[in-house]
Order: sequence, then structure tokens, then C-alpha cells
Amino acid sequence: MITTLQSGSFTTIQDQGRWGYQAYGMPIAGAMDQYACQVANLLVGNQMNASVIEMTGMGAAFKFDEEQMVAVCGGDMQGLLNNIPIVNWSSFLIPRRGEIRFSAAVSGYRTYMAIRGGFDVPMVLESRSTCTPLKVGGYEGRMLRQGDVLHVGQDSDYKMQPGVLTAPYIPQYTGPIELRVILGPQDDMFSQGALDTFFGSLYKVTDQSDRTGYRLKGPKVKHIGKADIISEAVWLGAIQVPADGMPFIMTADHQTTRGFAKLGSVIRVDLAKMAQTGPGDSIRFICSTEEEAVQALRDEREMYSKIRNVCKKEG
Amino acid sequence: MNEQINTVRMLVAGEHGLVIEFGAVISPQINVQVQQLTRLLHLKNKNGILEVMPTYRSVTVYFDPLVITRQELSCFIQDILCELQQEDVEGLSPRVVHVPVCYGGVLGPDLEYVARFASLSPQEVIDFHTSKPYLIYMLGFIPGFPYLGGMPSQIAVPRQEKPRDRIPGGSVGIGGNQTGFYPIESSGEWWLIGRTPIKAFNFKRDDSFLFAAGDYLLFEEISIDVYFEIRRAVEAGTYIPHVTYLYER
Repeated sequence: MITTLQSGSFTTIQDQGRWGYQAYGMPIAGAMDQYACQVANLLVGNQMNASVIEMTGMGAAFKFDEEQMVAVCGGDMQGLLNNIPIVNWSSFLIPRRGEIRFSAAVSGYRTYMAIRGGFDVPMVLESRSTCTPLKVGGYEGRMLRQGDVLHVGQDSDYKMQPGVLTAPYIPQYTGPIELRVILGPQDDMFSQGALDTFFGSLYKVTDQSDRTGYRLKGPKVKHIGKADIISEAVWLGAIQVPADGMPFIMTADHQTTRGFAKLGSVIRVDLAKMAQTGPGDSIRFICSTEEEAVQALRDEREMYSKIRNVCKKEG
Repeated sequence: MNEQINTVRMLVAGEHGLVIEFGAVISPQINVQVQQLTRLLHLKNKNGILEVMPTYRSVTVYFDPLVITRQELSCFIQDILCELQQEDVEGLSPRVVHVPVCYGGVLGPDLEYVARFASLSPQEVIDFHTSKPYLIYMLGFIPGFPYLGGMPSQIAVPRQEKPRDRIPGGSVGIGGNQTGFYPIESSGEWWLIGRTPIKAFNFKRDDSFLFAAGDYLLFEEISIDVYFEIRRAVEAGTYIPHVTYLYER
């Protein structure tokens, strides 16, 4: 049993997401930074679909009544285990009656805590992730609050020992981040000049950014004509440009259909980087290709299997 | 028919997505192509396809590019489009899901307004609204929210300028030439003419969603007593939705 001592600013249970129901208008939800989420699961020997805790900006605190193996990945929220600093991107044992406390993120913006076995909350449409705008999934469809009690699930996979991840697998969250973009499907609603502006400027993450989408501020991306299209599907990473000319990027809890022109899409692996930016951080967009995006996916999947093998060997 | 195939556009939706666009307007003729492609994609269950998302005039296919390339997927879809041309579409009969609605009163506070705007009596508004089944072009906005087509123009009313907060789940509304109902509490700009006791989704059931894009909804007038009767049945899990087929009618 794990008791929430402090809720943090926005702490939810997430997993790979609720895929398969977008045709019914159901958002995917799931971890904003899938890389950190998956690596945390790998470090405790979990199945890939095990649920984790996602903390945002300001971390939470938990008390454990039994010994448990956990891993912490993603942004550095200066975690303390019984008042001793933990190592980010590692797995370790929390002793019986141990307390883990997180504070404000000093690097990145979202931190993931996986527990061996995952968190046992009810499956809703094949997923344990929380979609708070709809009050669906996770812990009663909402963010965790002080006093909430969590239980450990049975989503572990292979045996393993606590360990620290090595440098090549740990992303750095410094400086303006660069997000690679594939154009389409409505890039023809923008002039070359507008696209040059988009790719040549720095955009700031506004405080209107959350799990449903990232609203950016910067030089206006002008449409040739109108900004509206007939409502159609939108997807993770889709870059909508409403009439105000400010890019609006779809993230985990996004609605399934929208009616604004989409200039392009942030490639999937780079969404993890974006999830580690908070209000005030800067983003630069790089025009990329589908080949590059698919290769990046392939590389990421290879990283997962390498991490998994290393973990297994140690275990 | 060949010309139709030529007007289909295939567009990039990130490395995981392919948009198949059938036209640039909202029309039942275009949407039927959307629904047919969606149906065949489900039937064929091709490895690598993650989700199929039908909307007004396009289908978006989400796929795993490490399992199927865009090139392979595009060829696969081209073949289906050719197949669709040869198929006997007339043989397909869409489902019609009957939606019981208690109109007016506290459950439909704007019925009088709509009637005044349309220069009709409240009963005439109800009669128009229940006069025929409406095509579900797509679901979106919130889970189970149907974008319907075909509402009689006699009861069209411009949307409210400011969205209303906390519209109760089940509220049936009219906004412009659109109608539908809010499956859960939501904000919105539609005029509320009634409320249905049935639920568009229930995650405790195997078939979690009551209807899908391509089905039709037929609104039916019920009394307040029947409204509460059905609501109790829905809450007890004993309500069986009334479903017919379009061409039986």
C-alpha cells in the first residue's frame, strides 16, 4: 500500500495510452513523455503497459508500507528517499515505511515513478491512464490528492536488480529544444514565407499548455486564406494553426477531431522532449523527413531492447 | 466512378498517420465512401494498422511505420478503393439507433425559444425533429458525441454566441443546421430542446459505445414519466436500446 502524502501540482496515473477508441471520440491519454515512462518500467522489470505515476512541475510525496522496487525517470525533481537524495534515471528499493519526496523540477518538467508490478487501478477501455478532462481512468479519473491510497499491480515481467541507467540513454533537457516536424496535411494553406517564419523563429511555451495541448507564442504563422477546415482527425504531435497564427500542438489528452489547418506534425520520438518543457521554455522547429522520423523510432525501439537486456543481465 | 477514385487524395499525418480525403465538402455521398473504406479496413484487419478514424470527408489511418510502410499501406488502400467501386453498396443497411427524448419543460428549456425563432409551435418543432433518421457523419469533441446531418432546415437556429457551461449529459440541442446530444456534461453553444435518458457509452459493457460513425440516430418523443422509467432502467443496466435498420423502414 502506498499513501499519497502530498499531491504535487498535477500528479496522475498514466501508461501507454488508451488506443483504439478515437473513432468514438475517446482521447488516448497516456504518459506525455513515453520514453521516460517506458524506461522507468524497464528499470523495474515491468511490462511495457504497466502504469506509472506522472508528476508535473512540482512533485508529490508518498509513503510505502512495504518494501518496493521503484524507478524514477524524466525531469529531475530532486527526489529524496528518507531524506537522502536519489539518483534520477535509476531503480532502487524503498524500504518498509519508507518515504519518497519530490520537489520542483530543476531540469525537465515531468517526472515518472514506476513501481515493480505497476499501480493497480481499474482498466477502462484497456488502459489505466487518466484522462482528467473526461474524468476517465486512473485513480477515479482525477489527479492524485493527499491521502489517496494506491496498490501494487501484477504487471511485472522479468526478474531484476536495482541499477543506474548509463549516460547514452539519458536525455539532456537544457537550452532551447529542437523539435523535428514533418509537413502536412494542410501545409498548402500556408505560404513559403509563413513556413520560413515557423522554422526560423523561437516559440515560447505559454501557460495555456497542458496535457491536452501546447499553445505556443512567437512570430505569427499567417494562413494564405482562412484558418478553418472541415473538422477532421487530429493526432499526437499535430501542429494546428488557428486564426491567431499561433502554433497549437496536440498532446496526450487532445480531442480526437478539430477544425483548424494543420501545418505539420512533431515526430513521435520528439514529443518526449516537448513534454519536458514547461511555460516560458523555448522551442525551435526543424523541418524533417519521414525517413528521419521512422529511423528515430527504430533507434528508440533498439534503445528499449538494449536497456531491457542490460537490466536482465544485472538481474 | 473512375473519376471519383482519381479525386481521392492521400495526405501525410505525421509518420504514424495517413489521411485519405474523399472531397472538400460535407455530403452524405462523400461520407458513405468514408464509411465504406472504414468498414473494409476493419474487416481486413491488416497488420500494422493501429486505428481507423472516419470523419466527415476523410479517413485517417494510424499505423506503425516499423510494421507497414506508407508505401505498402497506400497500395493496400488503393486496392480497397478499387474493390469498393465494384461492390454492391445498396445491400448495406445502416443501423438506426432510436433515441428517446423528453422535449421541453425543465429538460428542454430552449424549446419555446426555438419555436418562436422558427415561427412554429413547440409541438411542430418536435415533429420536425423526430421526422427522420439523421446520419452520424462522425464522433468527436467528447466521447460519443455525434456529428449529425440532415436536420430539417425549418428548425435551424443560429448557435448561441457564448458557450454555456455545465450542460447536463443527455441534453439534446440544435445549433445552426446541426443537432445532436451531449453524452456527458459539457460546455456548448446549442439551444437545448430536450433530454434523453440513454447513455452514448458505458465502459462496463463489452460494446462500450451505443453507436458509431455511419449509423443513424432517430429521435423519438417520450413523456416525462417514460423518461424517468428509462433512466432507472439505464442506471440498473437493464435498458435495451431500440435498434432497427435503415432499409426496413
